[in-house]
Amino acid sequence: MDSDRRFGFRTRALHAGTPPNAASGATTPPVELSTGFVFDSIAQAKELFSLRAYGNMYTRISNPTVAAFEEKIANLEGGLGAVATASGQAAQMVAILSLAQSGDHLVASSNIYGGTVTQLNVSLRRLGIETTFVTGGTPAAMAAAVRPNTKAMFVETIGNPSVTVADLGGLAEAAHAAGLPLIVDNTFATPYLCRPIEHGADIVLHSATKYLCGHGTVVAGVLIESGKFGWGRGKHPLLSEPSPSYHHVRFSDAFSEYAFLTRARAEVMRDLGACLSPMNAWLLVQGVETLAVRMEAHVRNAMQIAQFLEAHEGATAVSYPGLASSPQRDLAARYLPLGAGGIVTFRVVGGRSAAERFIDALELWSHVANMGDAKSLVLHPASTSHSQLNDEELAAAGITPDMIRLSVGLEDVEDLTWDLEQGLGAAKAA
Amino acid sequence: MIVETPSGRADILDKAKTVAVVGASDNPARASYFVLRYLKMHGYAVFAVNPNLERVDGQKSYPDLTALVKERGIPDVVDVFRRPEALPGLVEEAIACGVKTLWLQYGVVNAAAIQRADSAGLTVVADRCMKVEHARFGRALSSQGFDSGIISSRRRPVET
Repeated sequence: MDSDRRFGFRTRALHAGTPPNAASGATTPPVELSTGFVFDSIAQAKELFSLRAYGNMYTRISNPTVAAFEEKIANLEGGLGAVATASGQAAQMVAILSLAQSGDHLVASSNIYGGTVTQLNVSLRRLGIETTFVTGGTPAAMAAAVRPNTKAMFVETIGNPSVTVADLGGLAEAAHAAGLPLIVDNTFATPYLCRPIEHGADIVLHSATKYLCGHGTVVAGVLIESGKFGWGRGKHPLLSEPSPSYHHVRFSDAFSEYAFLTRARAEVMRDLGACLSPMNAWLLVQGVETLAVRMEAHVRNAMQIAQFLEAHEGATAVSYPGLASSPQRDLAARYLPLGAGGIVTFRVVGGRSAAERFIDALELWSHVANMGDAKSLVLHPASTSHSQLNDEELAAAGITPDMIRLSVGLEDVEDLTWDLEQGLGAAKAA
Repeated sequence: MIVETPSGRADILDKAKTVAVVGASDNPARASYFVLRYLKMHGYAVFAVNPNLERVDGQKSYPDLTALVKERGIPDVVDVFRRPEALPGLVEEAIACGVKTLWLQYGVVNAAAIQRADSAGLTVVADRCMKVEHARFGRALSSQGFDSGIISSRRRPVET
């Protein structure tokens, strides 16, 4: 019936989760913009609502077009399954609330997106979930911050915007030694460049808005779980104790390896309501089909841009983990063998005002609070994405007032360096 | 034969009509109850085996495999929810009863017992869930964002 062949990444990016439509034979999945789905009978409806049968009830919980995207990305990350959400922030929220509640604690690296810092440090703290941020985020330092009520460790594969590479293997070992799952935001790397689950991570998050979408069209998120973490060992009562919202089922008992994803979807997504629109899921399916070819081109251009800046007198502290000069090169070689992503950061010689003149002078690079678009984007983190962080938090995240973050796109690289050249000229001129 | 391929599991699920659930529970919160109900909903004739229960899901529960086979004949698949320590005894009973296929649920792993069943000519699936595998090949698993592992450009009907 089904082939037992192990297919390659590019093949799976095109075909996983999106077989021909069973009804029409369409090779592209239809956009199933339907809120509800008819039940065959009262008996079937009861089985669905008690989680004993698989099927669609209501698009806030599951939808066929959303599921096509979920299966595709779960397959590419090597996970058991995925839950797609309205944004990357929502994916993070769903993942965390699936394993932690008021009175619990998390350990996070400080080298993470500013919006994640505020979600953890402000919104989740208000809900009673406390986070310790560990400068540098090394396995030993993260392990030292673990408390009896800690529920997970959180890092980014490539930190935003510091572009530091997490020691995923070491972190997974440290987390597991403490009985904790490792949550990895893999947005900057994508599963083409790094699959954290292969290095021991348990939960992978994406802002699918970025490279997975690839064209800057939709805001979306997704969480993937390996199915390999033992949720029934007592450390995570939300998964191992009877749930009052599903006839006292113990998720770890009734669903074994499917426990986390089942709870994330059936309880947390259901209650938070941050579901992904089928229309957006459809656009993501189109984007992911070409992930490998796009990432190869992003990586190629990013390396050339990093080398150009390193040789330029108007730029300093050029940071790209793929550079021979990078202190991250060993970690990059280990975890990002196909390339160190498409994000390059540097400091403009002349301080904050020179950095501001540089951005205002650019013609081709779009000044946008996004990354991972097919087009090249530029951002000044200190005044935008990380502007809610205080000086201490900025320093811990590796951000200076003269720092520029480039999201290197797919244009002709000569055109990109031409624009950077004239921008740096303007920065120096005043 | 120890079945380790997706096509091997799909074949077992396709051909089976009767399933004995050994270690069946009548507690709606238990995995064995979920699986028993699911298999019934999907057209299998399902028999419960549990010496501690009179009935499971409204049907007679048999005290052991031997009693079940005597009354209902040999089930196509014996689906096992038991502790790994109980497996050697169960395998001997299955061999004696003429059982052809043993399906061992998650965690029901005992290498010596699996080896013994294999040598005696039984077909064995280990550390897999019958409900999950049925849903994988029918694409119901995919409907909830789980990876079915299926890569194919051939049109197939969806079973829910």
